[in-house]
Amino acid sequence: MLFIEPGQPWPPEALVLENTADVLALAAQLAEHASVVLRFPKWTDGRAYSQAVLLRSRLRYVGEIIAVGEVLADMLPLLRRCGFDAVQLRADQAQETAERALGFMPGHYQTVASERVPARSDL
Amino acid sequence: MYQYNDFDRLMVRARAAQYRDQLQRNLAGELSDEEFRPLRLQNGWYVQRHAPMLRVAVPYGELSSRQLRQLARIAREHDLQSDGRGGFGHFTTRQNLQFNWIALADSAEVMDLLAAVDMHGIQTSGNCIRNITSDALAGIAPDEWVDPRPYCELLRQWSTLHPEFAFLPRKFKIAVTGALEDRAATDWHDIGLRLHRNAGGEVGFAVAVGGGMGRTPIVARPLRAFVPWQQIQVFIEAVVRIYNLYGRRDNIYKARIKILVKAEGQRFVDAVNAEFDALMADPATPLIAQAALDRVSAHFVTPAATLGKVQRDVEPLPAYERWAQRNVHAHRVPGFVAVTLSLKRAGQAPGDVTADQMERAAELAERFSASELRVSHEQNLLLPWVDQAELRALWLAAREEGFATPNIGLLTDMIACPGGDLCALANARSLPIAAAITERFDDLDELHDIGDIDLHISGCINGCGHHHSGHIGILGVDKDGSEWYQITVGGADGSVLSGPAVAGKVIGPSFAADEVPEVIEALIGTYLRERQPGEHFVHTARRLGTLPWRHAADAVRRSTAGSS
Repeated sequence: MLFIEPGQPWPPEALVLENTADVLALAAQLAEHASVVLRFPKWTDGRAYSQAVLLRSRLRYVGEIIAVGEVLADMLPLLRRCGFDAVQLRADQAQETAERALGFMPGHYQTVASERVPARSDL
Repeated sequence: MYQYNDFDRLMVRARAAQYRDQLQRNLAGELSDEEFRPLRLQNGWYVQRHAPMLRVAVPYGELSSRQLRQLARIAREHDLQSDGRGGFGHFTTRQNLQFNWIALADSAEVMDLLAAVDMHGIQTSGNCIRNITSDALAGIAPDEWVDPRPYCELLRQWSTLHPEFAFLPRKFKIAVTGALEDRAATDWHDIGLRLHRNAGGEVGFAVAVGGGMGRTPIVARPLRAFVPWQQIQVFIEAVVRIYNLYGRRDNIYKARIKILVKAEGQRFVDAVNAEFDALMADPATPLIAQAALDRVSAHFVTPAATLGKVQRDVEPLPAYERWAQRNVHAHRVPGFVAVTLSLKRAGQAPGDVTADQMERAAELAERFSASELRVSHEQNLLLPWVDQAELRALWLAAREEGFATPNIGLLTDMIACPGGDLCALANARSLPIAAAITERFDDLDELHDIGDIDLHISGCINGCGHHHSGHIGILGVDKDGSEWYQITVGGADGSVLSGPAVAGKVIGPSFAADEVPEVIEALIGTYLRERQPGEHFVHTARRLGTLPWRHAADAVRRSTAGSS
């Protein structure tokens, strides 16, 4: 997981989407973007998880997916499994806590759709 | 029943460790109460009126005597008030167990105690897929087409810590049955699944979506008549994804999937179908393999029946006969019966069990039921593997421990939430109402004469006591800071006797607490006068319409007489 410092700019070529955007309608645009930024306006609003899953699984998007907004350390395990590979934590969150959060669960019961397709690193 | 493997154990222990880290950060001030809240909720920890409440998951209602003994230990050692009272649990309509007095500082330790017997509180609260419920007679009912337990277990695994669906707009409840009789109120769930066989003998699910109680009672809409079992996780994934993306998040009272289904109608159905088709068209989408089903099914072993052994000659006893008639249930396996241990008795709240009673119930399970128990939707315990020849001995032992009230399905076998005595959400207390009704209807001849009736009591509009689906429903409401009770008649949970699931109708302005027992008495009196031969309360209620019930209830108003 890549950490973007709070306050640092997102990649200039990134496609920035609200969590109400229908990602399936954006298939044509995605090819032009090496990164997609998905927003968490509130950390308990889980729409962007499904957006990321659809980008990875349905559209086979292999670019970078970045979580921004109210991103808390405890969200990291969920973000990683749903296909995010970069986060910009909320300014008060400790990167160390976020990294520790990634280490608790030894495995998982189900594969998320985003885990069923080849990861970018495998291509 | 399902036995945890090393991986299941690893997961539950890792989850406990993850929770301990979150709790410590909260106690150290690094994680605010507000942000800790959703994290602890997803592990079953509420903060309630007096103390945290812990809801322990009992997956599809199956419980071993060893687990129940550990729950007794937790009750005894941790569920304590400052004055030493406490030490009890409460079984819920969703087959879970709640503790009310455990200090939050003890919560990580209690999670470790639960993990030691393969238990946890994962996803018993929060806006995620909750513990999956089922038929208390799953795998043993004679009217069953398909045993739901292996499918429940597969769905338990699939839904446990699913990262995409951990922060849905609102809670999400799934119930599964596989019998003619719906003993899990599936049509009142976000997803109701009914297993059956199609004309070709293949197993699949009838799927209904968008049921729920609360402020806006809605019965689930049938979505598919037959989803092959191999595809059921894919179909549920499609439903929950559409809900996650499009369910309302601006208003907590409009956030359940029932509101989305109702508002969008066919557009919702089309969206789910399109998502399901896209998933099915993707070769990367896994279906459930026969080997996976077989692996899980192998856990659900039928104990050896002592066929041929007959009950010793026993002299007929009316009290025994009455119990056998109400609390003993037919079994699919010859030689066995299932027996309900009634948790509805005078002096104790519906569904409540003390630590001692948990131990006693565990003993009964060990002696009479292959160490297995079930929790029923009606908040009772059930012994699924009772040798018919042992029935008389079990009755004597159950009577000794206060588990043999012969009232299953009768008026005093009521469903009730913990209400305002314990719950922070409640507008009114439900337990004193339940106690007053239990006291008033303590004559067994009268109870048996009244016959089958569902009385459901909720302390607030959230409806944990399922007031909407009661033949008689009682709902606690708050008016100007005092407790009032709204009465409904004619609701149904979807059982064969009750007919299709439907919300009851309100019979007039709310009543004062002290009027409620008399109102119930007046309604029962009306039924006894008006019933036709063989007619149950709910049928009389529907035949007569609302008015006679309203008149009967109004006739006993005292403090509210001026307001009606």
